[in-house]
Amino acid sequence: MQPFNYSRDLNDISTDRGMRFLAGGTTLLDLMKLEVETPKLVIDINRNEKLRRIDIGDDAVRFGALVTMAEAADHPEISRRYPIIAQSLALAASAQIRNMATLAGNLLQRTRCMYFRDISYEACNKRKPGSGCSALHGVNRIHAVLGTNDNCIATYPGDFAQAMIALDASVETQGVEGRREIPISELHRPLADRPDLETVLEPGEMIEVIKVPHADFRRSLYLKIRDRASYEFAIASAAVALDLTEGSVRDARIALGGVAYRPWRARDAEDVLRGKPLNEDQTQRAAEVAFAAARPQRHNAFKVELGKQTLIRALIEARDMEV
Amino acid sequence: MAKAKPPLSRRSFMRAGATSLIAPLVARGAASAQEAAPPDSEESTRAGIQAVLSVNGQSHRLTIDPRTTVLDALRERIGLTGTKKGCDHGQCGACTVHVDGKRVLSCLTLAAAAEGHEITTIEGIASPSGELHPMQQAFIDHDGFQCGYRTPGQIMSAIACVKEGHAGSEAMIREYMSGNLCRCAAYPNIVAAILAAKPKMES
Repeated sequence: MQPFNYSRDLNDISTDRGMRFLAGGTTLLDLMKLEVETPKLVIDINRNEKLRRIDIGDDAVRFGALVTMAEAADHPEISRRYPIIAQSLALAASAQIRNMATLAGNLLQRTRCMYFRDISYEACNKRKPGSGCSALHGVNRIHAVLGTNDNCIATYPGDFAQAMIALDASVETQGVEGRREIPISELHRPLADRPDLETVLEPGEMIEVIKVPHADFRRSLYLKIRDRASYEFAIASAAVALDLTEGSVRDARIALGGVAYRPWRARDAEDVLRGKPLNEDQTQRAAEVAFAAARPQRHNAFKVELGKQTLIRALIEARDMEV
Repeated sequence: MAKAKPPLSRRSFMRAGATSLIAPLVARGAASAQEAAPPDSEESTRAGIQAVLSVNGQSHRLTIDPRTTVLDALRERIGLTGTKKGCDHGQCGACTVHVDGKRVLSCLTLAAAAEGHEITTIEGIASPSGELHPMQQAFIDHDGFQCGYRTPGQIMSAIACVKEGHAGSEAMIREYMSGNLCRCAAYPNIVAAILAAKPKMES
């Protein structure tokens, strides 16, 4: 690990690109040990108690940025009203990590691409802009099939962000220039030519609150398919929320994980479902649309079919939920 | 913050007196010092920051490099080697300790960030008279280990698993213990030990 200076003084926050916020530390410390992250200054924001609250209001649920994954997943009101949120958190990581990792940090976690994580590989546009992509012609089984180009095929590894974009959640941030609200669907940048720029957050800008607007999402779930039964990243996942009236779809929300460069909202697939009965033909059509632009690599073509089947199963299971 | 006061030398007393003031100042002072320092000199950060760690009810005043994790502070500085270093990347669970009663990974926790929190390690769970914690006894009774290297992490995690209410069934235990790897694959016996310890912990 490279040397750094540690501070708890929020007055030390600046726009210096060598500064990092320390929350749960489960991503940052790991990447600092790998020397993928080499901050000069680490600002420990954990003493900011006002960011540890969960407020369930009439119009929205507001999670403080430092609420841990375990606190949100185990909150009885959250699991009753928003099963999709509780499941996306409870199915992620391990009990120890869920006790440490914060919700804001979870949104910002970095890819598990092994060429990104191993600095002995020269080429990684995410680590070193302009150096190339080792995964493109390397071992790319875990890599993305949606939202990629030849600059980067890394998968966004998280689960919670998919639940958040399905529910039209947003983040409230405090930046050096002031406060603003950003829809989580726009937090992660689409891939163009700078995979190193992952989010629209400016240097020194910190997420303070995650806001989930209120709606009836009891009929929602997060389905996660993994290489092992527990403690593993998604190889494909689907966050779905349905509003059904008399068997017909009034509203549908679909977000896909484990298969895309960034948290992936499948709006075209939602449009297929809206206003129609939810049967197997319709779910198949939605799945085809969701993966129409898939761009498989040498080792991950299986993710296209697996992703479709994951979405189909998630939709059918959500339809059949008793709420 | 400091519950029990260990004997202090004059030097550590002087450090201790200024701990709360010095921490942020040293960090900022070191920042400017480091910019001026040649790259081979790590002295400015190595000289480090002051942190008071509370471990198993005892306070420890340390001068640490900011890079020091709780795991390294426990093993290398405080002399509590029961907590083990496995992967050092938060993947294996060998380093599991409790912070304020919750199980966390000491390899991914900066010692400086743990200041003001109560750390409990495997050395701190037996009763003062030396009687083993019911979970320790259950691991012995059910042979919940082979090589034993990751056992302290397994036991710390298992105690938390029961306290959280996540030890209701074998399936639940397997799910909520998935962050603790056992390269000897003693999993069936670990599950049996937790099932056996649960009623004893609850009574």
